[in-house]
Amino acid sequence: MPKITYISHAGERAVVEVPVGWSVMEGAIQNDVAGIVAECGGGCACATCHVFVDPLWTDKVGERSAMEQDMLECTATDSTEVSRLSCQIKVTEDLDGLIVELPESQT
Amino acid sequence: MAEPPIIVVGAGQAGLQIVDSLRRGGYSGRLMLIGDEKSLPYQRPPLSKQYMSENMSDDRLLFRPADYYEKKGVELILGEQVSAIDTQARTVVIDGQTCEYAKLAITTGASVRHIPVPGAELEGVCYLRSVEDAQYIRTQLSSGPQRVAAIGGGFIGLEIAASARELGHSVTVIEAQDRLMARVVAPLVSEYFGDLHRSHGVEVLLDAAVSGIERADDDSLIVDLTDGRRISADLIVVGIGSIPHSALAEAAGLTCNNGIVVDEFAQTSDPNVVAAGDCTMHKNARLNVSHRLESVQNAVDQAKIAAATLLGEPKPYEQVPWFWSDQFDAKLQMVGSSVGFDRTVLRGSIADGEFSVFYFNDGVLIGVDSVNRPSDHVTSRKLIANRTAVSDDVLTDIEQNLKTLL
Repeated sequence: MPKITYISHAGERAVVEVPVGWSVMEGAIQNDVAGIVAECGGGCACATCHVFVDPLWTDKVGERSAMEQDMLECTATDSTEVSRLSCQIKVTEDLDGLIVELPESQT
Repeated sequence: MAEPPIIVVGAGQAGLQIVDSLRRGGYSGRLMLIGDEKSLPYQRPPLSKQYMSENMSDDRLLFRPADYYEKKGVELILGEQVSAIDTQARTVVIDGQTCEYAKLAITTGASVRHIPVPGAELEGVCYLRSVEDAQYIRTQLSSGPQRVAAIGGGFIGLEIAASARELGHSVTVIEAQDRLMARVVAPLVSEYFGDLHRSHGVEVLLDAAVSGIERADDDSLIVDLTDGRRISADLIVVGIGSIPHSALAEAAGLTCNNGIVVDEFAQTSDPNVVAAGDCTMHKNARLNVSHRLESVQNAVDQAKIAAATLLGEPKPYEQVPWFWSDQFDAKLQMVGSSVGFDRTVLRGSIADGEFSVFYFNDGVLIGVDSVNRPSDHVTSRKLIANRTAVSDDVLTDIEQNLKTLL
């Protein structure tokens, strides 16, 4: 199963195994990784699952959709060019080793 | 003897949030969460959406992993009903056993409104509230091509209609009023969604009141309309609203009026009892209204208020309500309320399926419905909360980012 590393704003690392087909957000929620809120449960509706993708991984996680792009303008912590909504990143074997950093605040 | 716990009755979105907020807020005493469903606490919004159309697995619905409750010291009781509350003795009865509480939180949610027509009890007529309901519908939809009739053109009916249609079933939506989602969106938006569904091959019937449901000779079902029309169906999903689960609170003597009445601190008429979520008739301090809302946002935000009250750090509920619905490729996001609007401004293009409708009352922005324009939606939450003055020129020019108004 692909391993994903979530690094909190305070620098704590959580490494969890996430099934292929799940989202990076679900991987965090189902392993009780703090720092991802995901109020809407993955609907790309709330912008509370914001993550910063490690620059080495930005190509592999793929492109943002127009909708996601729009939502990223509204995150509680300002987004950057490596920002994604983690509910919109689907886990594949290729993402084994993915590292994402979590913002200071989601709401 | 152990100290009495804080007891949270109802393990849905609001109940889970209260438990989570209490622990995050530093409450380290005993904490009990009681749910009447057997499943670990789970999210309902996907049930009519991805759960239906993408065959999502049940474990992905869970709010928290199974070991969360033990780790957080939460005594989780599932599949049990609380049958009585005694606010004088500060006790609840769970499965015949009396338990003392220090404080009580009621987050019992709502249940579906049943359709009061002959034949409503026939097999194949169903509702959608629980994961078991969703499993039943999904099983039916996977057993071969079906004719699906959705009674009620609200969020549930339309989301089920879209999911079933995407799976290739033939679908009819039967709405008693003259437009879809009439209770929540303005006519312009209703019309857009009617067209959207028709363009995907859904038959949308308006002004169509159901008089009864019958079993046909071939064992399928027939929905009879008051105007004589008869709609054949293999599966009927009824989504005509919900009623608050307040009977328990009412029997305990708590003030209820279309829900458990709470103030802006989620406090009921008893000082030791708070309530949050779909089951409450609550006061919003910012909007200066009392209303009952059925939404994730209300469940989450009001639960945080209830937890703050329990922690002795009360703060008023003043979040502007927001909702969303996914139907086909349209994401509908609503914030505030269009009730009482006297003027609307359109931003974007209805033809392109990307637009927002801004509702004003007496010059003040009171609500915004957005279709595939999420940044309009999120920015509008702040515009409404801050009562920011917005000019038509900025709203109608999609080149101008609304964030500049903040």
